[in-house]
Amino acid sequence: MTVDASRGAEAPPELVQLLTPEGERVEHPDYDIDLKPEEVRSLYRDLVLVRRIDLEAVALQRQGELGIWASLLGQEAAQIGSGRALTDADMAFPTYREHGVAWCRDVDPVKLLGLFRGVNHGGWDPREHNFHLYTIVIGSQTLHAVGYAMGIQRDDASAAAIAYFGDGATSQGDVNESFIWASVFNAPIVFFCQNNQWAISEPLEKQTRIPLYRRASGFGFPGVRVDGNDVFACLAVTRQALKNAREGQGPTLIEAFTYRMGAHTTTDDPTRYRVASELEAWKLKDPIERVKSYLFKNELADQAFIESVEAEADQLGADLRRRCLAMPDPQPLDMFDHVYAEPHPLIDEERAQFAAYLEGFRD
Amino acid sequence: MTVLSLSKALNEGMRKAMEDDPKVLIMGEDVGKLGGVFRVTDGLQKDFGEDRVIDTPLAESGIIGTAIGLALRGYRPVCEIQFDGFVFPAADQIITQLAKMPMRSLGAIKLPVVVRIPCGGGIGAVEHHSESPEAYFTHTAGLRVVACSNPADAYVMIQQAIRSDDPVIFFEPKRRYWEKADIDTGSTDWWTPLDKGRVVRPGTDVTLLAYGPMVKTCLEAAKAAEDDGRSLEVIDLRSLNPLDAPLVMDSVRRTGRVVVVHEAPVNSGFGAELAARITEQCFYHLESPVLRVGGFSTPYPPSKLEEYYLPDLDRVLDAVDRAFGY
Ligand SMILES: Cc1ncc(C[n+]2csc(CCOP(=O)(O)OP(=O)(O)O)c2C)c(N)n1
Repeated sequence: MTVDASRGAEAPPELVQLLTPEGERVEHPDYDIDLKPEEVRSLYRDLVLVRRIDLEAVALQRQGELGIWASLLGQEAAQIGSGRALTDADMAFPTYREHGVAWCRDVDPVKLLGLFRGVNHGGWDPREHNFHLYTIVIGSQTLHAVGYAMGIQRDDASAAAIAYFGDGATSQGDVNESFIWASVFNAPIVFFCQNNQWAISEPLEKQTRIPLYRRASGFGFPGVRVDGNDVFACLAVTRQALKNAREGQGPTLIEAFTYRMGAHTTTDDPTRYRVASELEAWKLKDPIERVKSYLFKNELADQAFIESVEAEADQLGADLRRRCLAMPDPQPLDMFDHVYAEPHPLIDEERAQFAAYLEGFRD
Repeated sequence: MTVLSLSKALNEGMRKAMEDDPKVLIMGEDVGKLGGVFRVTDGLQKDFGEDRVIDTPLAESGIIGTAIGLALRGYRPVCEIQFDGFVFPAADQIITQLAKMPMRSLGAIKLPVVVRIPCGGGIGAVEHHSESPEAYFTHTAGLRVVACSNPADAYVMIQQAIRSDDPVIFFEPKRRYWEKADIDTGSTDWWTPLDKGRVVRPGTDVTLLAYGPMVKTCLEAAKAAEDDGRSLEVIDLRSLNPLDAPLVMDSVRRTGRVVVVHEAPVNSGFGAELAARITEQCFYHLESPVLRVGGFSTPYPPSKLEEYYLPDLDRVLDAVDRAFGY
């Protein structure tokens, strides 16, 4: 069964939007943003570059260099908008698709590939950029984020945590528990749900009967739905929510209303469950095109700028490819490392046995 | 010297740990004003405040998941799971997150989280209040799994578990909570390291391997066997993962006979691991197969039946007889 093409593509009235799909600036009574021309250009650059990182990774997977990849295509604005709202002291807890947020946190893009290439389960030090490891088990990280936020509270620090998750994740017990915890402890956290309309093949209707942002009211904190393809609105709304959190006003649930343009992962076949017209409708809301229109309409950038960003993207893509191929395979005995922080005789015993076994194959 | 019950010893141990390190937090259902349903955290909230002894919502996954987040921020949470049978809602966070995150970060992350679980039967409780879920956790790499059996160890081990940079699943034998002993709280000279077992009664004919609530049962069995002229050695394993294998194998090589005793079902229980290891490492020293005494492959029965389900002195001695029959 496929779903009506208009489903989910309508902009619901409660949607916070500051930039229309046609690239027009619009006002919103509760949210505004004042961006300097170079800030808009910088956002545009982010959007283009993360899209290129993503496309390059998809290509690498197709060529057998990655086992799998979860594409962010279509979700760039939600990720760059929210990611650019974070300060250095804030801590982000991603799922497995937050390549744009990772970009905003200055995580080297090649490090994102480790998990997908199968050379490690993480790849970066989460403390280095306050960007936690990708979490595969749906919803788990939302609790870690709340616990971390409770730590911020205890440290009396001026910071917040942000937890990323999808529309499917909102059905998980952990996400609901994290809402309860955040609410009763008034934790400095922002829940950032990227509602991309699909959890693999399951449409939003399989997760909820009400708009997701309204869930928050049942837990006792505000929920807001933002146009997830509008980078200005995502930035403005997330910035405000983070500020509220840091100032002791507790959690906010942000539902970024967006769309997953690609497959769920490279192993998925979306033609089995969704119709092409749905995709076409969402193409008209492309997060990059609308910023480009805005830049042109307001004469904030010229063709030369667009081309320079393209050139930068080409270079970034080529560099990512080169460094992906150069990524060394781990050594067999590496799997015994870091299982425990303190010495563990069973691990030592098994490592020694396996090393002796491997040694037997050497001539 | 101070006379303390096992539950009070845990309480004193936690108090000490909280005094020594301001990052130590207690969290769980009813751990605050009530002091926990077994009163193990009694008085701690009064003395350390609600920020350090946290009454949580009633959600086990949430307890462990947020403890992980607090640990990421530098805290050392000690979580109470109210009863053994309620650890399963938290099993996901324990198994998929707590156990694996340090390795996934290539050691950048340490998760010093203690999960306290009152375990085992013998208190006439309703269902889900008398289980022994240790094998689920010993099977999970990345966790340390320990079980205390007496007040002195309880006092020591809880402090060691809190100090460990690894996640520790900490089993407390609930039917032994009220047993008392003299404890020297002024010195650490007598402390046994967290991952070491101990011979609690030396013997020459059979090795009884036990942990948690069954240590006392085995000691009673050994005493009774003495009258039959049999000398049973009783080992309190204390740590199940890692296992103090040298201690076990040394004993088995001396006695040649082994009976493993635990409350959990025998099938796929921790005793199976012990039997396999002993067979691999001490095959030529064995006079008889490694025998196991434990629960049946049934759900923990209604309390009127638990005396039949739980290994007692007679079932242990029966196994000892069988060991001599080979
Ligand atoms: C607990 C759990 N169950 C199932 C899966 C398999 N799985 C991976 S992604 C996914 C769908 C997630 O959908 P959503 O939360 O909407 O996030 P999206 O990938 O669309 O961003 C599923 C079912 C999983 N990773 N974890």
